[in-house]
Amino acid sequence: MNVVVLVKQIPDPANPYELVDGRLKRGVAQKVMDPGDEYGVEAALRLVDQFGGEVNVISMGPAAAMEAIRRALSMGAHKGVLVTDDALGGADALATARVLAAAIKRSEFDLVIAGVESTDGSTGVVPQMVAELLGVPQSTFAKEIEAKDSSLTIKRQTAAGYDMVECPLPAVITVTAGVNEPRYPTFKGIMQAKSKPVDTVSLGDLGLGGDDAKPTQSVDAVNPAPERGAGEKFEDDGTGAAKVADLLKQLKVI
Amino acid sequence: MSQTEIRSSFFTEEHDALRASIRAFVEKELTPHAEEWEAAGNFPDDVFPKLGKNGFLGLSYPQEVGGQGGDYLSTLVLKEEMARCGSGGLAMAVAVQTDMATPPIHKFGTKEQVDEYLKPAIQGTKIACLGITEPDAGSDVANIQTTGVKDGSDWVINGRKIFITNGCRAHFCTLVVRTDQPSGYNGFSLFLVPTDTPGWQVTRRLDKLGMHSSDTAEIVMEDMRLPAGALLGEEGKGFQQIMWELQGERLVGVAGSIAGAQLTFERCLAYAHERTTFGKPIGKHQVIAHKLATMASEIEAARRLVYDAAWKFNNGAYPVKEISMAKLYGAQVACRVANEAMQIFGGASYMMEVPIQRGWRDSRLIRIGGGTDEVMREIIAKLKGL
Ligand SMILES: Cc1cc2nc3c(=O)[nH]c(=O)nc-3n(C[C@H](O)[C@H](O)[C@H](O)COP(=O)(O)OP(=O)(O)OC[C@H]3O[C@@H](n4cnc5c(N)ncnc54)[C@H](O)[C@@H]3O)c2cc1C
Ligand SMILES: Cc1cc2nc3c(=O)[nH]c(=O)nc-3n(C[C@H](O)[C@H](O)[C@H](O)COP(=O)(O)OP(=O)(O)OC[C@H]3O[C@@H](n4cnc5c(N)ncnc54)[C@H](O)[C@@H]3O)c2cc1C
Repeated sequence: MNVVVLVKQIPDPANPYELVDGRLKRGVAQKVMDPGDEYGVEAALRLVDQFGGEVNVISMGPAAAMEAIRRALSMGAHKGVLVTDDALGGADALATARVLAAAIKRSEFDLVIAGVESTDGSTGVVPQMVAELLGVPQSTFAKEIEAKDSSLTIKRQTAAGYDMVECPLPAVITVTAGVNEPRYPTFKGIMQAKSKPVDTVSLGDLGLGGDDAKPTQSVDAVNPAPERGAGEKFEDDGTGAAKVADLLKQLKVI
Repeated sequence: MSQTEIRSSFFTEEHDALRASIRAFVEKELTPHAEEWEAAGNFPDDVFPKLGKNGFLGLSYPQEVGGQGGDYLSTLVLKEEMARCGSGGLAMAVAVQTDMATPPIHKFGTKEQVDEYLKPAIQGTKIACLGITEPDAGSDVANIQTTGVKDGSDWVINGRKIFITNGCRAHFCTLVVRTDQPSGYNGFSLFLVPTDTPGWQVTRRLDKLGMHSSDTAEIVMEDMRLPAGALLGEEGKGFQQIMWELQGERLVGVAGSIAGAQLTFERCLAYAHERTTFGKPIGKHQVIAHKLATMASEIEAARRLVYDAAWKFNNGAYPVKEISMAKLYGAQVACRVANEAMQIFGGASYMMEVPIQRGWRDSRLIRIGGGTDEVMREIIAKLKGL
């Protein structure tokens, strides 16, 4: 089973972020592989352990995104592709999906694994667009994965519990943080990662042009979520339950 | 890595990636339990296989014996990052496993001994301890009284060991024994002892000032019979072999202590911003600012001594002088930093709920364990021809 994992390089979420013109400033801050994508890498490694095949890591981003690929390789992935091109600076979700789909198509794959949503951009739509562009089914929010030769069953996390979803391969799936415990890179893995093959490709290499990278959406403003208010306190003098019920009615919760 | 202050020209990108990997492990698997394990006076045995599974117990051992094939600096990275879990005892227990009880097996052991002890120690499935110190032999290693007498092809061992880290739970001990009547430094031999050998007895679990999560044992050996194959290395060469071991022990020991001092410093720096007296953060009082500046400079200097000695060790030298200097200076810096931190935190430092007191208690050991300050000075003075 050949598995592609999509990994994104993001500014370390442990550090404070900075916005410039409504966009995340990426130059200075320490960058890491999106922690959410570690689950995808781990899931892929486990499938390949079980069925054989290779794990191919694909990332689109500035040249420094190579580090995210190296990190996945040090966990045990076999090879990588970095798509980097100045024309991609400012790419939005659709442009990203076009690029990733084109990069995925360059080699045979049985499964594409992505995170549910990135930690920085958090649109949560890139994998779905990729599936559409590849013309394969998508199965999202996997909290458990079970594969057979030509199909895959996932437990799809829902608000109430989970759904069992089966889909034929090839397919795109997204994995949640609960799907596994990602391994820590060993020193052996870190040293081997240096000599694993990574292709660095541009838009042109993928047969795409500048138009494919043009954003179709623009961000007008970014505002922090409002701070939570202090809330209302009820002293329970015997009428507490009624007061709470009134409030819930006011809020149209009941 | 811009985030850590530990990065120096001695380390490669791969060391940095290793540091990030260990740091993530420590933050997720160890730090959240540090308080609980300190209070319990113990940490679970399964920390060893957890570390082993990720290759962290065999960083500098070759891949043929199950190690990661890294250099000496890679094991130093482990020591520095382990210190950040905040429990010195846990870090010390792991250091005994990786860099004190097992290097002699790799260096002097037979293939059978490597299979029986080193490989499982690297996997974390066997816990190791090192038995040198006795009630009458600490600094004066040559005064060891535990005897090994040949009986046919067997050895019969009698004696006592004390202050043995991991001793209460170890599966085996790398043991120093007198095998010949007093004849200077040539009468000692090393043995590998499974702790279920009849005659081996843990007589006490010792109560300590600090390093609470680590167990420290007193051990009695009574007519303990070992087969010929238990001898590690050459008969009669145990003293030289253990002096070699002690070089690595001192280096990793002090590296961990300095990393602990770094953690303490970071806590002090944060507190200097947070805590306000007389209308300003205490870090804006020049006395406190200067204390912090001195702490930072001394930590940096101590670290450089360690890195330089480690680099030489890594490149085939046997830098006894440099290691002794790094141990002496680094140990003093670690204790000074811990002491100043008590002052900077004021009354809060004296409270058990604030970790500064633990740094103070834990760090005090490094001026004693693995060779005291005075012993380090003796070695340096001798090497200077005095
Ligand atoms: C030169 C350059 C500069 C860029 N600058 C910015 C910027 O300033 N701000 C910004 O937000 N983005 C930037 N990007 C990245 C790109 O625009 C975003 O990845 C894209 O908008 C996807 O949105 P998202 O993160 O919300 O994806 P989501 O849909 O939330 O991501 C879900 C999953 O899709 C996969 N995925 C998403 N993006 C990528 C990717 N790039 N590579 C591999 N897998 C991916 C991951 O598995 C991820 O977990 C830049 C890219 C390039 C090449
Ligand atoms: C928590 C803990 C864990 C330990 N773990 C281990 C372990 O796992 N394995 C192990 O074998 N040992 C272990 N030790 C023992 C440790 O290595 C010894 O305590 C140390 O070497 C000092 O020996 P001592 O305690 O006998 O002190 P002593 O040798 O009795 O020294 C007493 C004092 O006299 C000074 N002194 C001694 N000789 C001289 C001299 N020639 N000139 C000037 N001053 C001198 C010393 O510096 C010291 O100040 C541990 C100790 C502790 C406290």
